[in-house]
Amino acid sequence: MALQGSPTLPQQEEPPSVPSSSHRRHRSSRYQFSLDSINFNFPIPFLRHGSHAESERFAGSQRELDSDCRHVIVGDTDGSDPHLEFPGNAVRTAKYSLLTFLPRNLFEQFHRVSYIYFLAIAVLNQLPQLAVFGRGASILPLAFVLVVTAAKDAYEDWRRHRSDRIENNRPVSVQDPCTAQFCSKRWKDVRVGDVLKVSEDETIPCDMVILSTSDPSGVAYVQTINLDGESNLKIRYAKQETMSRLASDKCVIRCEEPNRNIYGFLANMEVDGKRVSLGPSNIILRGCELKNTAWVMGVAVYTANETKVMLNSSDAPSKRSRLETQMNRETLLLSAILMALCSVVSICSGIWLGNHVDGLELAQFFRKRDYSGRVDKNFNYYGIGLQVFFTFLMSAIVFQIMIPISLYISMEMVRLGQSYFMTWDSNLFDESSNSRFQCRALNINEDLGQIKYVFSDKTGTLTENKMEFRCTSIWGIDYSGGNASSEDNNELHYTVVCNDQIWKPKAPVKTDPDLVKLLRNESDTEHGRQAHEFFLALACCNTMIPQVVETSDPNERLIDYQGESPDEQALVYAAASYGFVLVERTPGHIIVDVLGEKQRFDVLGLHEFDSDRKRMSVIIRCPDNTVKLFVKGADTSMFSVAQKSMNLQVIDATKINLQAYSSLGLRTLVIGVRKLSRNEFKAWHSAYENASTALIGRGRLLRAVAIDFERNFDILGASAIEDKLQQGVPEAIESMRKAGIRVWVLTGDKQETAISIGYSCKLLTSEMTQIVINSNSRETCKKSLHDAVAMSCNLAEMSTESRLSSSVSSRVPMALIVDGSSLVYMLETELQEELYKVATICDVVLCCRVAPLQKAGIVALIKDRTDDLTLAIGDGANDVSMIQMADVGIGLSGQEGRQAVLASDFAMGQFRFLVPLLLVHGHWNYQRMAYMILYNFYRNAVFVFILFWYVLYAAYSLTTAVTEWSSVFYSIIYTALPTIVVGIFDKDLSRKTLLKYPQLYRSGQMNQRYNLKLFNITMIDTVWQSVVIFFIPCVAYAHSTIDDSSLGDLWTFVVVVLVNIHLAMDVFQWNWITHASIWGCIAATLICEIIIDSMWFLPGNWAIFNVMGTGLFWLCILGVLAAGMLPRFVMKALIQHFMPNDIQIARELEKFRNVNGVSTSISRFSQP
Amino acid sequence: MSPKADPAPEGDAGVVERRKKSKKPKYSRFTQQELPACKPLLTPTIVISTFSLIGILFIPIGLASLSASDIVVEIVYRYDTECIPQQSQNDKLAFIQSSETDKTCLTTLTVPKNMKAPVYIYYELDNFYQNHRRYVKSRNDKQLRSKAYEQETTNCAPEATTANGSPIVPCGLIAWSLFNDTYSFAIQNKVIEVNKKNIAWPSDKNNKFGSDVYPKNFQQGALIGGAKLNESIPLSEQEDLIVWMRTAALPQFRKLYGRIETDLAANEQISVTIENNYNTYSFDGEKKLVLSTTSWIGGKNDFLGVAYLTVGSLCLFLALAFIVLYLLKPRTLGDPSYLSWNRNPDGHQ
Repeated sequence: MALQGSPTLPQQEEPPSVPSSSHRRHRSSRYQFSLDSINFNFPIPFLRHGSHAESERFAGSQRELDSDCRHVIVGDTDGSDPHLEFPGNAVRTAKYSLLTFLPRNLFEQFHRVSYIYFLAIAVLNQLPQLAVFGRGASILPLAFVLVVTAAKDAYEDWRRHRSDRIENNRPVSVQDPCTAQFCSKRWKDVRVGDVLKVSEDETIPCDMVILSTSDPSGVAYVQTINLDGESNLKIRYAKQETMSRLASDKCVIRCEEPNRNIYGFLANMEVDGKRVSLGPSNIILRGCELKNTAWVMGVAVYTANETKVMLNSSDAPSKRSRLETQMNRETLLLSAILMALCSVVSICSGIWLGNHVDGLELAQFFRKRDYSGRVDKNFNYYGIGLQVFFTFLMSAIVFQIMIPISLYISMEMVRLGQSYFMTWDSNLFDESSNSRFQCRALNINEDLGQIKYVFSDKTGTLTENKMEFRCTSIWGIDYSGGNASSEDNNELHYTVVCNDQIWKPKAPVKTDPDLVKLLRNESDTEHGRQAHEFFLALACCNTMIPQVVETSDPNERLIDYQGESPDEQALVYAAASYGFVLVERTPGHIIVDVLGEKQRFDVLGLHEFDSDRKRMSVIIRCPDNTVKLFVKGADTSMFSVAQKSMNLQVIDATKINLQAYSSLGLRTLVIGVRKLSRNEFKAWHSAYENASTALIGRGRLLRAVAIDFERNFDILGASAIEDKLQQGVPEAIESMRKAGIRVWVLTGDKQETAISIGYSCKLLTSEMTQIVINSNSRETCKKSLHDAVAMSCNLAEMSTESRLSSSVSSRVPMALIVDGSSLVYMLETELQEELYKVATICDVVLCCRVAPLQKAGIVALIKDRTDDLTLAIGDGANDVSMIQMADVGIGLSGQEGRQAVLASDFAMGQFRFLVPLLLVHGHWNYQRMAYMILYNFYRNAVFVFILFWYVLYAAYSLTTAVTEWSSVFYSIIYTALPTIVVGIFDKDLSRKTLLKYPQLYRSGQMNQRYNLKLFNITMIDTVWQSVVIFFIPCVAYAHSTIDDSSLGDLWTFVVVVLVNIHLAMDVFQWNWITHASIWGCIAATLICEIIIDSMWFLPGNWAIFNVMGTGLFWLCILGVLAAGMLPRFVMKALIQHFMPNDIQIARELEKFRNVNGVSTSISRFSQP
Repeated sequence: MSPKADPAPEGDAGVVERRKKSKKPKYSRFTQQELPACKPLLTPTIVISTFSLIGILFIPIGLASLSASDIVVEIVYRYDTECIPQQSQNDKLAFIQSSETDKTCLTTLTVPKNMKAPVYIYYELDNFYQNHRRYVKSRNDKQLRSKAYEQETTNCAPEATTANGSPIVPCGLIAWSLFNDTYSFAIQNKVIEVNKKNIAWPSDKNNKFGSDVYPKNFQQGALIGGAKLNESIPLSEQEDLIVWMRTAALPQFRKLYGRIETDLAANEQISVTIENNYNTYSFDGEKKLVLSTTSWIGGKNDFLGVAYLTVGSLCLFLALAFIVLYLLKPRTLGDPSYLSWNRNPDGHQ
């Protein structure tokens, strides 16, 4: 929206009150000692307390430029890249080419162990002695799986190829080095060293250093939404030295090797024999869009896959779900059963051969000896030992589907379906950011149903990270009247009049009338001066860029402040509301409308924020030619370096106010000012100049300069900003607490703020006992931890005792509050164990002042010690380590960039979505997947057991009555679809019930739907069902003329029907899709059997028609179904009535809600 | 007035534009997983009525099956030992392998009850693994069907070709081991006709065995496996072969030999002449001759009837048991006080 407004180009908006200076061009002033010409590098700093990410982000720029750097000769591609080492700008995100597709894709697929198992089986089957199945039937299952996966991969890759092609063929104008004319080239033909020209709204084709822009002062605005998700405009600068460069000028850039730090760039440029340093603000990255700037000319330094955006694009992280890990244990059990079956068959066959060794010489059905006369030898018989060995291998081939290969495919498909429903759930759609739920990881959907610990970031996750200026303390006096006062003081809002237009701040802040009065009427008093300085500091000490936006009223303009720190934004809006409106910013100066009078302030230098100093400062030359240093920072880092001779009363009053603010949950900043004398300024200027042009250790030097000068300032006052809670956070935390999920908050904020946010989001309650560990040394830390352990144990004991005695719930809830400096001593030592003990006893854990890596450490503390699943949710770069460490990582696509989302498994818009995500989708996913795995084990095992029983009746020779095609189709056609459909659609409980009773979530935490006990019960049931399926027809057809194909067809059909009826009995909800798939599959089975039996070249030709025509066939099926399902049905009925679990009760509630309460004992028998 | 009128259209345009761009999932019962569905619950009513229904359905079926099996009249005569002369009992194998011995064997069977035509004649083999892997695979369906595939003998080894390499038709162990005992029947010296037509499946005769395929080089190897075939009759007419080649599912099996198309009265004495040629002595196989009538359930087999009666009465019993259980320990369905956290509120912490 803002981008459609008129661009704030300085020449258009020349404020009349500052007539001369802005037209002084830097180039002309280079030789004078003019403060304008200080050519400082203007990195984009941002101040965000509570986030340590900045220090990490800037790590890159503070590194030193080492010797093996890249030399780029501007305009000379061959000179820049003499050995053609650098890639052209053609990107290639596609994995395969036409030639490499087959080998590479197969290679990747065979990374899965199960595929190798099935390949080995298929290979074994090709040996003539072991050929159990025909060639086609033996390869088909594996081939099917491979082809399906390959087709999916090929399609995805084709799409990547297509988008690569579109991307690579986009046009860009490139300067011809000889003629200096710009001609159009395609993106892929751009090389390092090319000089490119990009126009407004175009996308930058590669990482390039800006040489010049359409703006005379060398400013360019870019939007980096594709890069880090931040939609505000960022300023980039061309160096003055290159602004007027001619195409023929020789110019060499030395820059660091390509890296993925999008906030860092380290280089210098040799132009006219002079060295100029380059920083992150001089480079525009591929993927950004040029805005508000007519054109920009730059030289390509990194291309294609070496650009920062490409280096940062990573695939979704690969994690394995808990259920899948547990499944491996059962898979091992199944292989043990498989081995046992094979052993039984081979041993029995050995005994049988031994007993019949003589008879088999002549037995017609064995024909051990080859009597053809040509050779006197055994026919296809290698002695008992080898025969037993072959039998073992053959039985492994016949029983191979004991390990369900199709399960892996079904699971992928089910997860795909589940992700679809999560993505399309309108309850997980965030209106404000217009973002849907995103499943970035496809294989941990079911983990969402088993979460025990949630680790949450605070800023931007629990809170909106939309800052609102609330109150201020100036010279020790608290002004918080703005909150209480009524709406009508809106008219006091300050506006700027400019060229007959009225400019208003876009987001005005409610002002305190006393303070407004003070500013207007008492500017000559000491107090008034302090207030004046205070707001001037707010307006100056920041990096906000004002943008003027048109409104529907032609006489009205809105000033929209663009910048990276929401805190600064709030402060600048506050200053504007009190009459200190920042109206223009160029690299050299800012223009502030001070109470109706436009004043120009030269920005001489800026010390960016870092997490060690915890403050930032600017050096400003005021219109009266005094030089001032404005500094703002966290209270702890400010009072210690402030002017010692200050009025102690003021300091104390300010501290008291600060305490009050932070106990309200407000974020506080202390503002200070220092007047620099001429000598001090000179000293600073030379130090700053040296540091900012240093080639080695620039960051460190700059920081040293900052520390040197950021002291002895006067404290002006403090500001308090409210970080608003996100919608629905307290309710979400309450729900999760009921669901048995422990919520830990890990924040970089200070303790008081963290605790107050804890109260406001109902994480902490007043009846909680708080255990605070807040120590600065190892010893005190150890001691307080010991005390905490003792205390928590006492409390826990007390509450159990009282519960036993009074049987009334009187458990004392406990909360542990730890700060980062104590964690330093605890996390890496033997104290870890005790910390874990205390933390798990406590209901709530709040960690404040935590560094990003400590966040990951805390997650690891739990993850390493329990089997409970952990979930981390955060929105900023400082949460990335935690998100990657936890079993499930969730990124909020909020205010703070996209790193968290890029590192996450799932991404969504709001913290409160966690409740429907875990309680509803997580519950469903877990329940569905758990059932599907058990069912697939059962389904395949029942079939294998039927084959096994038959082998006992076929002289252990591994004949199968079931045709080989039916055994192949069994798990991929006859029974596959219903389990997938149930895995995607079945719901044990409705969304409403699950949200109403969060406690139902515990079934997942306690592994109630998938555990060894359930597996064992299922396997016993499997054996029973297989016995029924095999022996009822077997005995019913004893002494009859039944042939193997007919009986095989009967077994195939009855096992499919039984297995589907079994599934049907367990389905919770029948919708039309479930009906269609279950009954459809039974019909499909019959059709397939008919087709197979219509093939004249198969021995079983026409068998199904003959056998279906007899009554015995149908009687067998009916009998098998009843006898097979009976034990399961009886158990189900008994358990559901006499030992109902919560889910069962909730299902009944759902169904009988309308009669609930009026039902009498008689009505129990009648269905309402 | 214009300032007031102006924002409205732009606001509308803004809304329209946002709606166009909005990624909000469109509501549908499908995407929100709210498809109309039936949620079955095992309420006492359903449990009891299911058991009763199965009981009521199964007991009559069981009784019907039993009575159907009861109607069937069956004469089974095991002759593999009886038909070896006393002096050869110790070396049955030598007797059966020798081409000199007289293998004719006479016996008399008494008809226990009236047997209505048609009376089916079966031979029953036991311990004969027609489903052995080496055996079932040893055939070539292409060769059986069409003269063009005469040379096709894949899978047929060791009965694929003769010593000089010409193909055996029909090839393979199954055909080679064709059963060759024969039976003839007489009552009071009056020969009873045995109809050996249409004993094979019509589908086999039409689809699987070619009418232009004639036996060739059959049964000419060193070891004779069984019956020889008349080389002038095409395979589609060789019904004994076709029946034999429908390999049996279990090691104890019957195969249709022919039909007697006259009624047999109770207590009639049937004299049977058996040509005992087939060698089952090497592997202790049993041979039986079976005369049986048939009913809708097939042959004489009480198993299904008994099974149905058992399941049916078990279900009736379960229905009663559940009624008693439900009465003894009633539970209100959907009573929230049964929820675990309502039963012991502290338990969950």
